[in-house]
Amino acid sequence: MLTVENLKVHFPLSSGATVHAVDGVSFSVREGESFGIVGESGSGKSTTAKALMRLVDPTEGRIELLGNDLATMDAGALRRVRAQFQMVFQDPFSSLNPRMRAGAAVREPLDLMGIGAPADREKRVEAMFRAVGLHPDARRLFPHQFSGGQRQRLCIARAMVTEPRLVVCDEPVSALDVAIQAQILNLLHGLQRDKRLAYVFISHDLAVVQHICTRVAVMYLGEFVEVADTATLFARAKHPYTWSLMAAAPSAETGRAQSDYVLTGDPPSPVDPPPGCRFAGRCPFATDRCRAEKPVLRSMTQGHAVACHYAGELTPPLPELAEAV
Amino acid sequence: MDPVLQIKDLKVEVDTGTAVHSVLDGVTLTLRRGQTLAVVGESGCGKSMTALSAMGLLPDRFRIAAGQILLGEEDLVQVRPQRLRALRGNAMSMIFQEPMTSLNPVLTVERQIAEVVELHQDKTGAQAREIALEMLRAVQIPSPETRLAAYPHELSGGMRQRVMIAIALACRPRVIIADEPTTALDVTVQAQIFRLLRELQMQTDTAIMLITHDMGAVAEMADEVAVLYAGKCIEAGPAAQLLAAPAHPYTSGLMACTPKLRLGRAALTAPARGLGEIPGMVPPLGQFPPACRFAPRCARATEKCHATPPETVRLGPDHETLCWHPNEAREAAPAC
Repeated sequence: MLTVENLKVHFPLSSGATVHAVDGVSFSVREGESFGIVGESGSGKSTTAKALMRLVDPTEGRIELLGNDLATMDAGALRRVRAQFQMVFQDPFSSLNPRMRAGAAVREPLDLMGIGAPADREKRVEAMFRAVGLHPDARRLFPHQFSGGQRQRLCIARAMVTEPRLVVCDEPVSALDVAIQAQILNLLHGLQRDKRLAYVFISHDLAVVQHICTRVAVMYLGEFVEVADTATLFARAKHPYTWSLMAAAPSAETGRAQSDYVLTGDPPSPVDPPPGCRFAGRCPFATDRCRAEKPVLRSMTQGHAVACHYAGELTPPLPELAEAV
Repeated sequence: MDPVLQIKDLKVEVDTGTAVHSVLDGVTLTLRRGQTLAVVGESGCGKSMTALSAMGLLPDRFRIAAGQILLGEEDLVQVRPQRLRALRGNAMSMIFQEPMTSLNPVLTVERQIAEVVELHQDKTGAQAREIALEMLRAVQIPSPETRLAAYPHELSGGMRQRVMIAIALACRPRVIIADEPTTALDVTVQAQIFRLLRELQMQTDTAIMLITHDMGAVAEMADEVAVLYAGKCIEAGPAAQLLAAPAHPYTSGLMACTPKLRLGRAALTAPARGLGEIPGMVPPLGQFPPACRFAPRCARATEKCHATPPETVRLGPDHETLCWHPNEAREAAPAC
């Protein structure tokens, strides 16, 4: 239902240089599927999300949703199809109008897009409040009267009230407390099952992505370095960057033994990135070839693609992965 | 191991102008030399207030109502402000969550490290500079000589947190309190910072109090754990024991609601099940339930829990919990 081809988002700087925020990303999402994008800050995952929503304009590429090319649509046409794709943002504190009552905030998309008879809209809002676990009486309250978790429920209600086919979730739980994160993740999971939604789910947290997503792309400096269905990725990851994310994720079970493989340095700047492999500067396996020649995303097995010259030849530094090969 | 910092039966209150609310109610913690104590809980449970009490940095309207905070033999609750000022940054120091906002934007890295040393150690410019350089090397900042002249905005988030750690370590403190030191950082950088803290701790024998809500960070860093809920310490014990067999339903609840990364074969076979949930949220100040404070959110709560405050149950030499119905050791493994 969603096909993204060669999506690029570049921002020119006043110095004449260019920020390659998203640099040639392609993927597709089927109905009912959750497609995860993981990466560190600056990897371009949030820009990808915003480009899908046309909150930033793509520099190049195609975004096809249910037969419409969103990348080139004008504002009027975009508004007519907006109901089909909605977004949940990271920070539920800044994404709600503090002076608008909760019910009005959830109803606003219906009013703006002219969905349903005005009399029916209130019923839909009420049903939506119930669906996200809020009491319908809470419609009269203002955002500051809700906790962070409840606010995120409101944002989810507002995104889902137009009955979209695709919801882009940009770090929807990372601003929330652990116990509340679980509540929201379970809610998103349940809504997806009930409504046959597709998600594009952006996160820096591998464990969250593994829990929610059916397919996952690992993003580094504007590019996908590895894409696979979730089970394959977490069982047989082949890119050294994916390994480093896995090694860095603290895990209550594995504890200390896991973190021997630690990357040095910070992610480099997406301003005029290096010519070869963009990860070469931090990669413990990098050779001269990596620094000179750019690896392309190539298919390893069905549905598993890796952008590394040595994919499949390197021994994973994590014992669990080495075992499952 | 010798205790370095002991917090005994600490009670902290806040005066809102209309009422006085209890913030911490009898928190007891022991920090030992060369060890890391993780203080765990959701926001609003009193983790940061415990840390700020120890540093003598409680915000306005908050005050210590009772209890002792012993740094060695000295009770920090009783000492005068001048003495506290002499200890802060010297015998004990703090690493804050946001390296962006806790560094001074108009001072160079060198100045910010040297400032601490000059204040506490009677060192002059050249010597202080030498120590600043040594600290930058210790926190593994590349090309430290050139970084001395850098301003915070010229550094990445990870580098800034390293500078914060360098400042905290400059006077070789006995105690470091790290309040969510990696929350603002990327996972790969978080792993670097944790490793750095562990290495430095091994070299200097510093005691670390790590404030966190992340059970993964606990597993990674802690020797001992204290779990706070609504101003009370509801479970405390050695990390290995507490993580393997959490006794309090809140502790096992926190563990069950964190998604676990499954790698290798486990990723292929593990069933997709919902995350464990703790319904509701931490009660706001002034609305703590009278008996067991966790009872309204607890699946196991009985009438007794709502009526009578729980008593301490001892599960091992150092492992205790505050609960009428603690988990049995074998059913304690969190379902997730």
